[in-house]
Amino acid sequence: MSILQLKDISKIFNQGRHNEFIAVDNVSVAIEAGKVTVLRGPSGSGKTTLLSLAGCMARPTSGRILFGDRELTSLPERFLTEIRRAAFGFIFQQFNLVRGITALENVMLPAYPLGGSHDELKNRALELLDLFGIKARASSRSEWLSGGEAQRTAIARALINNPGVVIADEPTAHLDTRLSREFMDIVDRLKAQGKTVIIASHDPLVYEASVIDRVVSMRDGRIEGAGA
Amino acid sequence: MWVQKQRNIIDFTISSLNRRKGKNTALVLVYTLVVFLLASVMFFTQALKREASRVLRDAPELVVQRMSAGRHELVPKKYLAVVETIKGVSSVRGRLWGYYYDPVVGANYTIIVSEEAGHAPGDITVGSGVARARAAASSDIFVLRTYDGATIPFQIKNILPSDSELVSSDLIIMSEPDYRRVFGTAAGYFTDITLKVRNAKEVGTVASKIVSLLPDTRPITRREILRTYDSVFDWRGGLVVVILTGAVLAFIIVAWDKASGLSSDEKKEIGILKAVGWETSDVLLMKFWEGTVISLCSFLTGILLAYVHVFFTSAALFAPVLKGWSVLYPEFRLVPFLDPYQLATLFFLSVVPYTVATIVPSWHAATIDPDSVMRS
Repeated sequence: MSILQLKDISKIFNQGRHNEFIAVDNVSVAIEAGKVTVLRGPSGSGKTTLLSLAGCMARPTSGRILFGDRELTSLPERFLTEIRRAAFGFIFQQFNLVRGITALENVMLPAYPLGGSHDELKNRALELLDLFGIKARASSRSEWLSGGEAQRTAIARALINNPGVVIADEPTAHLDTRLSREFMDIVDRLKAQGKTVIIASHDPLVYEASVIDRVVSMRDGRIEGAGA
Repeated sequence: MWVQKQRNIIDFTISSLNRRKGKNTALVLVYTLVVFLLASVMFFTQALKREASRVLRDAPELVVQRMSAGRHELVPKKYLAVVETIKGVSSVRGRLWGYYYDPVVGANYTIIVSEEAGHAPGDITVGSGVARARAAASSDIFVLRTYDGATIPFQIKNILPSDSELVSSDLIIMSEPDYRRVFGTAAGYFTDITLKVRNAKEVGTVASKIVSLLPDTRPITRREILRTYDSVFDWRGGLVVVILTGAVLAFIIVAWDKASGLSSDEKKEIGILKAVGWETSDVLLMKFWEGTVISLCSFLTGILLAYVHVFFTSAALFAPVLKGWSVLYPEFRLVPFLDPYQLATLFFLSVVPYTVATIVPSWHAATIDPDSVMRS
């Protein structure tokens, strides 16, 4: 069963200007629920753009996106943000932790606007940090964390609102082999919990891992071969 | 739910402010200083005016001076009898007072005659300012020079209490014969006349009757005296505010720069918040709390410090400018008084603009697409 369907999606930046750029060109792809899908391709192939479109971070220039049976493309920003917050968890290439605050606060950040109890939220965040083996670093400021710790904090942050879909953009780009394998183990655990995982990567350690259910190859904004 | 959301966002705002501790502390300090200075001037002028009106509450309703070619002249005794004939007038008295320059300390004293004081010739009572200037205590000998150059030794019987020091600091009270000797005022002449009017509403009518009976006189009402005090203190307050304008402008520039210019770090942070699921309104709420925390803290601290400065240290910083020009600065504790209207004005001129200046630029940053973070 597809949890996400992208139909005839195009994304054009600076449309109509001299520097017009087509990042995604008429792509259709369906993402299976509970599976791990990898978008593979070289730099500039449109992987990140497709991820941000799938995760309601940006709107397509044309085409339709369906989340379950709900059409997302025409929703106003407020509703789109609500869906993004509840249904998607993001792990960014640069981790994008907020500097100067603790790992724990970083994990709690996405849940602040939801208005739940502060203590419950804190406990949930600590549980997640514990799950990834970095509870001891909870009160460390984010800039003092090592690469692996920062990434695990970013993963915990992505999971704080208990989303059904986890989206990761080049998650191993800044990790060594050991940490990259550890990341894939975490992906395996997420999959076992029934989460849908979409990863953009050109790292063989990722797209050749046994946990991956499907690889979609991209080049020049289009899907290659029978990926779709 | 709503309260929890505010609490969570305020928590984050505070830890967010802590990150730029140095910058924010400097801003709060400058902000507090400006509020402190403005509020000090405001409290002080207001309290002085109240003090003056309190002291002048028992002043006579009318003072009549005699004028000759626009200059003040002595009033002959027969004028008193004329004024007494006017209906509704009571307690008509001739006053004797004058200014005395003391070359020893370079100060001007106000010498008056008071029957109530009941001074025997040779005895005087002095104001606290005079006593301080001459380092004199009770029973000391106080020498004054007469109009013709002779010197007279007086003995200080009393020093006036400091609760009325605003108007009594430079005062010397002596007997009538002593006064006439010092100033050379002939018997049967007074400096001016004071009188009471039974019906306060009749003061204006009585004043015009005096002018028609004695065309060379000028009646001055108590209300006019109070108004003069008011405008003198307002003018002095205004003068200090003008001096402070430079500081206020400098603060506005600093605050505007800090509040309106978002650093690239701050912009990136807003991008991250949006990417992890914050709405534009959540980001603005955070910035609103940030502006409010800074400006409200500074405002309240500034007001509190100004209150302590004015009412506990008698405005040690501004006293020389605001209290008087003389060598004899009055020293007294002002009665604490806060005017809600003035506080509200200061609040709306400081807290509100700063908070707005914080939110507006964030608005621009908060409307960026969250996917910009994916590309940074």
